Amino acid sequence: MADRARRGLRLHHLLLLLPLLVLWVPFYDRAEPALAGIPFFYWYQLAWIPLTVVLVLIVFRLDRRLGTGP
Amino acid sequence: MTGPLDPTAIGVFVALFALVTVLGFIAARWKRGDLGKLHEWGLGGRRFGTVVSWFLLGGDLYTAYTFVAVPALVFGAGATGFFAVPYCIVIWPILYMVFPRLWSVCHKRGYVTAADFVRGRFGSRTLALAVALTGVTATMPYIALQLVGIEVVIAGLGLHLSANLAGIAIPLPLVIAFAVLAAYDYTSGLRAPAMIAIVKDTLIYFTVLAVIIVVPAQLGGYGHIFASVADAKLLLPAATAGSLGAPSAYATLALGSALALFLYPHSITGILSSSGREVIKRNAILMPAYAVALGLIALMGYMAIAAGVKAMPAYADGFKAFGPNFAVPALLLQSFPAWMVGVAFAAIAIGALVPAAIMSISCANLFTRNIYKEFIRPDCTELQESRVAKTTSLIVKAGGLIFIVALPQTYAIVLQLLGGIWIIQTLPAVMLGLYTRSLHPWGLLLGLAAGVGTGTAMAGALAFKSATYVLHFGSLAVPCYAAVAALAVNLIVTVVASVALNAFTRHHADETLAEEYV
Repeated sequence: MADRARRGLRLHHLLLLLPLLVLWVPFYDRAEPALAGIPFFYWYQLAWIPLTVVLVLIVFRLDRRLGTGP
Repeated sequence: MTGPLDPTAIGVFVALFALVTVLGFIAARWKRGDLGKLHEWGLGGRRFGTVVSWFLLGGDLYTAYTFVAVPALVFGAGATGFFAVPYCIVIWPILYMVFPRLWSVCHKRGYVTAADFVRGRFGSRTLALAVALTGVTATMPYIALQLVGIEVVIAGLGLHLSANLAGIAIPLPLVIAFAVLAAYDYTSGLRAPAMIAIVKDTLIYFTVLAVIIVVPAQLGGYGHIFASVADAKLLLPAATAGSLGAPSAYATLALGSALALFLYPHSITGILSSSGREVIKRNAILMPAYAVALGLIALMGYMAIAAGVKAMPAYADGFKAFGPNFAVPALLLQSFPAWMVGVAFAAIAIGALVPAAIMSISCANLFTRNIYKEFIRPDCTELQESRVAKTTSLIVKAGGLIFIVALPQTYAIVLQLLGGIWIIQTLPAVMLGLYTRSLHPWGLLLGLAAGVGTGTAMAGALAFKSATYVLHFGSLAVPCYAAVAALAVNLIVTVVASVALNAFTRHHADETLAEEYV
């Protein structure tokens, strides 16, 4: 159970708080800059989907390497 | 007559429906296990790997009602309906961080429901009962709403066969669909929706892909689609000096929905059926594919506006019967050839069957474990336990059907709105319980009661029409999703009561060990 003993939270888990930024609505509640006719409000929020995937993936990889995690 | 009664569309629809029926029964033999045991019938033997779990959780969480109601909200109300996207985004880090712990402790202790875990962690069967009852009550109207998804597409196909029973029109296609679902669920348990989810999600992705390729081309591109939406709908009204306004309602709605999602019994059933904690972590990375699909589906609300389906006489009856919920079926009928309409409608209808199946199985698990075995027959055998669960799943489905056929649809919608407010109140016991045993069971119970009471009162003050309650801090108005405000009350009561109770009573009934969570 040596690897289990090392489980736990580390600084890199803070990365998982970043997606909460998508709840800061006043920042993106506007039409410009539009992307290919899509107002900012829509493409900005959609862009957070791949960003969140990357963040969780980074944490997943780091957890695996360091033996840390939930 | 709302739809065109096209033989091709109906043929494709019925053929796909027949396919999943066959799969539903074959599933009993898949990853073969003894279906006379509750964890085999109700959790698929905890044997689903990353790929099957991906389909199962996706089929479970992104329901037909979501696929109909989210674009309907965008169609009717505009930007507000897009809250589904930030809601999905907040979910995945929570899934990654919190729920592998739940899987581990449930796996090691043989827990089948969240209430089983609460029972073991806090040693209180009363608290476990409260968690179980909250889960069942919140899920029942959700099952009923899945039927709305089926109803809408059946109307879209123009199939209006109904029998008259004591003055109530019984829609036959709906009853047949549900009877078939009940039969293969009874036989195969969670294996049935798991297998069908693979077909359902394939059809959904195919449909979404077809929509984003075909429809914008027909309507002159995304720029044109957005340009045809009224400016007032495209963005949220900004905050003013005295009120945080719509942005505050939007953000709390997304946050509250995300926190509530994995507390629903059907989500927990999906999580516990996976074969390992790594499966859950990998799915936290892979599941956002569904969020992309949902975002694009939400935009179908605007495509329906741009296509002008609302004003077309062909769809007038549909809109009259279903309101904005008819926007997506109308758009599909307008944009696609008949065979593709059949595929898309089958995707929505099968998309209702999968979550309805998982929801009724999870209610059955809760009833069997936390009410029947706990309070009625503590000495029941494993076989009796699984039989009770199977029967309960039938009763739950019949209840949902009666609900939607006999009562106005608004009842189910109001109760589902309340269900979201109620289920989030189990967060302290279930999610915080994964990290600490120091909360007192009676404190948790008081908090749960306070949260449910506050949330229900807030929704009542809004005449059960909305869940956005305006809080006042001095001269500042803060519109807030009632579930989030009520959860804050719940947390304060839970913590204060626990501190007080722990000072006077000793409570160390935790049967779980720290190493069982990792």
